[in-house]
Amino acid sequence: MIRLEKRPQPSRAWSMATPLVAVLATMFFGGLLFAVLGKPPVEAIRTIFWEPLFGEFAFYYRPQLLVKGAPLVLIAIGLSLGFRAGIWNIGAEGQYIMGAIFGAGAGLAFYPSESFLIFPFMVIAGAFGGWLWAMIPAILKTRFGTNEILVSLMLVYVAEQFLASVSLGLLKNPEGFGFPGSRNLQSWDAAHNAELIAGSGMHWGVVAALIAVIFAYVLLNRHMTGYHIRLTGEAPRAAKFAGVNPTRLVLFCLGTSGALAGLAGMFEVSGPSGQISIDFNVGYGFTAIIVAFLGRLHPVGILLAGGLMALTYIGGDIAQSNLQLPAAAIQVFQGMLLFFLLAFDLLTNFRIAIGKPEVA
Amino acid sequence: MTVPLLSLQGLTKAYPGVVANDSVSFDIGEGEVHALLGENGAGKSTLVKMIYGLVKPDSGKMLLRGQPFEPAEPRQARADGIAMVFQHFSLFDALNVAENIALGMENPPEMRDLAARIREVSETYGLPLDPFRTVGDLSAGERQRVEIIRCLLQDPKLLIMDEPTSVLTPQEVEILFKTLQKLQSEGTSILYISHKLEEIRTLCDHATILRLGKNVGECTPSETSARDMAEMMVGSSLQTPQRAAREFGEVAMDITGLSVPAPSAFGTALKNVHLKVRKGEILGIGGVAGNGQDELLGVLSGETLTDADAVKLHGKPIGRLGPTARRRFGVLAAPEERLGHAAAPDMSLTENAMLTGSVREGLEKNGFLDWGATTDFAERIIKAFDVRTPGPGNAARSLSGGNLQKFVIGREVLQDPDVLVVNQPTWGVDAAAAAAIRQSLLDLAAKGAAVICISQDLDELMEISDSFAALNEGRLSAPREAAGLTVDEIGLMMGGAHGMEVAHV
Repeated sequence: MIRLEKRPQPSRAWSMATPLVAVLATMFFGGLLFAVLGKPPVEAIRTIFWEPLFGEFAFYYRPQLLVKGAPLVLIAIGLSLGFRAGIWNIGAEGQYIMGAIFGAGAGLAFYPSESFLIFPFMVIAGAFGGWLWAMIPAILKTRFGTNEILVSLMLVYVAEQFLASVSLGLLKNPEGFGFPGSRNLQSWDAAHNAELIAGSGMHWGVVAALIAVIFAYVLLNRHMTGYHIRLTGEAPRAAKFAGVNPTRLVLFCLGTSGALAGLAGMFEVSGPSGQISIDFNVGYGFTAIIVAFLGRLHPVGILLAGGLMALTYIGGDIAQSNLQLPAAAIQVFQGMLLFFLLAFDLLTNFRIAIGKPEVA
Repeated sequence: MTVPLLSLQGLTKAYPGVVANDSVSFDIGEGEVHALLGENGAGKSTLVKMIYGLVKPDSGKMLLRGQPFEPAEPRQARADGIAMVFQHFSLFDALNVAENIALGMENPPEMRDLAARIREVSETYGLPLDPFRTVGDLSAGERQRVEIIRCLLQDPKLLIMDEPTSVLTPQEVEILFKTLQKLQSEGTSILYISHKLEEIRTLCDHATILRLGKNVGECTPSETSARDMAEMMVGSSLQTPQRAAREFGEVAMDITGLSVPAPSAFGTALKNVHLKVRKGEILGIGGVAGNGQDELLGVLSGETLTDADAVKLHGKPIGRLGPTARRRFGVLAAPEERLGHAAAPDMSLTENAMLTGSVREGLEKNGFLDWGATTDFAERIIKAFDVRTPGPGNAARSLSGGNLQKFVIGREVLQDPDVLVVNQPTWGVDAAAAAAIRQSLLDLAAKGAAVICISQDLDELMEISDSFAALNEGRLSAPREAAGLTVDEIGLMMGGAHGMEVAHV
């Protein structure tokens, strides 16, 4: 009989190996899935993982990796702080939207000025928008004990309606021939989050994501606030005994994750996307939850996981167009990745023992 | 010679890294009260788990009335007439007594019939209990009665009791002993596990002593002194903590008229608590578990905030200050629950040293943590309190309960507190380490600190306290000088048997 035994200590080796094993298992079972669908499994896996990096058109796909990976990492870093403390912000998508609206709105208010202050002002406004949206569940939670999972999630849909409203009204391009959507910020230099090195995909959002990784690493390992975050997640009662103020922690975690999601939205709207439109958001805020867990809530892990996730997105797109794989199959494939990660994660704290169980 | 009821022959059980029982043999006669004595970790629990079918022995055999007895699971052991009352109750707070008992039965009868049987058994054996009361409202003693009645309904031949008196007031112990004596007179054998020697001397016919998994001796308790039994248990002569004569200084901690509502439905509200402890004084607070001990510690440590003036330190109001601010002023605490409250299970000992040490040990500068100094601090605790662990990098949960307890107490004592509050400081700690912990509390008081020691171990409180008070349902009795208090007086301070009289049996 096979059973699980709790390890006396979490295994370091397994905690490192888990993501790798999960990726391998996903490749294997994903391959099986593609084979059942009548597609060549090896070719499909190669297309997803190899093509974007080293294929014939890699010069086009590689910058895309940064463009797609940066918002994921930026949002996931913020989420991971809360997740570590057991504070569940599920509404990063909404904060991302609000960050974009505030950022774009703050810039467009000064159109067509060419002041160099406009872009920094938009950055601050974007972070503020996300922070503000995250403060709603935070304050409701600390004052009235509401569940932040539900409130933050519901606010995503409110934000989406708000997005539709401003695309059709407040921020609509007056020279847009009645089409919904704002002015295109890409064609306005003062507000454009342009590539820092042409053709590299490297924009200010990528820089911000890297800074966020370093910031989170230092915070969690070297700072009291980070220690309190980890303590709260592992033993809430011990955290209270240590003197952690739960209210302040909720405000800090939700606020930081909201601000980072808002920044991601702002960098997206002023860069790769270019304008506020009804379908501006594409689910980065939700995918970032997967990235955060895939990276084991560790800053460096999240950096790698964000890259991997971006890879499966781009590779998935290529597989869809080259091999006619259905989009749903790609989504199942991405779901498998999270599933296997969580499943193998068990081995960090448990080992498999074979033998008769003992009731104790 | 008659065939014993249960005969254990060479029982051995090994776990990875430790031999819990090493060829243990002894007999339990019909109608005998047999004591199983030993320190924590001596292998008592493993042994009774084998008898009860929870653990399978690696080798050795058991004979029940001369027949081979190999219970594969507790159900089988119960069918053969073996019943067990565990130290930790398995009861659902939200259900009533009869429902709880029905849950443990194979074929529960109609609730009304069951209630009638519960009444019948409880009257026969002098264990007053109303079948329709909600368990959450019962005292620990009453909960234990539920467990005992649950066993008695099976009409057992052998009743195993694991440390039954650790949660009882002296008066409740008396009720329990009457019940056990009545059972014995009806021919039921009892295997009685304890490390309280005096009660074994009054109750038991025979005792087997375990040390490090081995049977190290047997004796007739009524003819052996408690000290001799203790030395057999420990395997060496015991050191009694030394208390030096001390002068008490001014009042350090002062609580006046403190009332705090219960934190949860099954918590305890503190009602009009008054308390004063002077510099150099050890105030012992007794009482049965669940009478407000946790809540009182929370109020003192700063986890529970109160009116500013309700808690005063050297005359300054600190009721509104949280744990960090209180630590800065020298008020430290060590809660009862080690894993999850006093320490974070998955964090290393170094990280756990940071948990309370950051302020007074200067482990934090402008919010940034000094892990080097923290490791040094953790190593100092490990060394000073003889914590058995490979090093400070190990997770708290990898330590045995007693070792972690030493770490938790050591962490506070080494920070040189002005006021130290401890709850159950030696719970689960072996006798030698317990003596060391008590000694460290006495030394701390000798240096002029005020110590509040909350404990359910009356012997411990009598050994170290200068004054004594008891908690009962959230009320604190007026403190009295500890020297010269009799067991009866203490029992009355603890609230007697919760208003229940010893039933006449």
